[in-house]
Amino acid sequence: MHSFVSVLRRELQIALRRKGDALNVLVFFIVVASLFPFGVGPEANQLRAMAAGVAWIAALLAAVLSLPRLFAADHADGTLEQMLVAPQPLALVVLAKITGHWLLTGLPLALAAPLIGLQYGLPADALGLLIVSLLIGTPVLSFLGAAGAALTLGVRGGGALLALLILPLFVPVLVFGAGAVTAGLTGINPSAHLSLLGAILAVSSLIGPWAACAALRVALD
Amino acid sequence: MTSRLFQFAAPQAFFPIAGKLIPWFAVLAGVLALAGLYVAFFIAPTDHQQGEAYRIIFIHVPAAWVSMFLYLVMAGWAGLGLALNTRLSGMMASAIAPTGAMFTFLALWSGALWGKPTWGTYWVWDARLTSELVLLFLYLGFMALKAAIPDPVRADRAGAILALLGVVNVPIIYFSVQWWNTLHQGASVSLTRAPSMAATMLLGMLLMAFAAWMYSFATAFSRVRAIILERERDAEWVRLQRAAA
Repeated sequence: MHSFVSVLRRELQIALRRKGDALNVLVFFIVVASLFPFGVGPEANQLRAMAAGVAWIAALLAAVLSLPRLFAADHADGTLEQMLVAPQPLALVVLAKITGHWLLTGLPLALAAPLIGLQYGLPADALGLLIVSLLIGTPVLSFLGAAGAALTLGVRGGGALLALLILPLFVPVLVFGAGAVTAGLTGINPSAHLSLLGAILAVSSLIGPWAACAALRVALD
Repeated sequence: MTSRLFQFAAPQAFFPIAGKLIPWFAVLAGVLALAGLYVAFFIAPTDHQQGEAYRIIFIHVPAAWVSMFLYLVMAGWAGLGLALNTRLSGMMASAIAPTGAMFTFLALWSGALWGKPTWGTYWVWDARLTSELVLLFLYLGFMALKAAIPDPVRADRAGAILALLGVVNVPIIYFSVQWWNTLHQGASVSLTRAPSMAATMLLGMLLMAFAAWMYSFATAFSRVRAIILERERDAEWVRLQRAAA
């Protein structure tokens, strides 16, 4: 537990000293979401109908954009190798890094999402749903994304490859996350969507760290 | 028995066996495909709703079946290689992936060509078409990851982890797409086919599916032979083989 806390604290400290990194992802999220109306036109009803999908797709892209950095710096300066040979279980370190990644990208995205919702004319209860769905769904992006980041560690063309590997796996999160908000908009009870999103979170919290640890061992073999 | 089976897990032992088996699988694939096409074009009755256009089912459905089956086989080999550290397993997974991707593409393409005359559009966001599209992305990701890692052993292991991750996700993706589809799609396109399928139609599809399966064996084996030669090019037996040829 102690090693978990110290790795997490280290992640947050590094992020605090380079505030730009986390901030850029957040700005990217908002910029991408603001581009859609230029492409499809400012018709209010149409925008309201696509709001949840746009916010969620922007969140997926922002996550993919931030993921290559998850292990890259520690890999480059040899810290990761030290973590691998340290007596503390690697899973704990990976779990701490995933938690740090979510706190620095997923959580800010979820909190900033209402801004996009307002741009797209979502009513108040749909805004709440958007936050809740992102709060449950973005950890999945960190869990599965960590596996993708570990698999593409040190591989040439890693960023585009990471997107190709991991975006198809995000399809269920997108379906249930955006679906929850759309269901709420059309008067359907969104709890089924949110429960399924929670189930996906439970599954990904098991397989994501496992795959990330295995991939890190392969990468640093 | 098991020790004799494991004997063929060595690339050196498997190489000649695969070479001997390839012609048999190729001939079997050809014969089954001819029989299947004969049933498809001359015996199976015309569909009373779709006319002759439905006959593309004899390519479409077997391709879709085999594409999904090959992903499972590929992930199985990958998992075996990860668990037992056998060299041949990773090579088999690499050899199967392009054939699987080809069948996935074939299923999508034939689906588009079937969609145009029957639904009036090349692409519908139907649950089955969409999950087949995601499957194609998974195949492409697997091949791209393997191609990007120069060290073959590392590439095999990384690919295996990705394949296992994919195989856990495939049912989840399929289910989520099904759910998404029922919520979004109106009654504009009905995909339910004729409720009772003629026995000859099923026979034609099964023959074509077995032909596709035999074809997959033949191509995967010839591809794995090339991979074995490439990776073991410095081994003694490969040099002897070259000297003999």
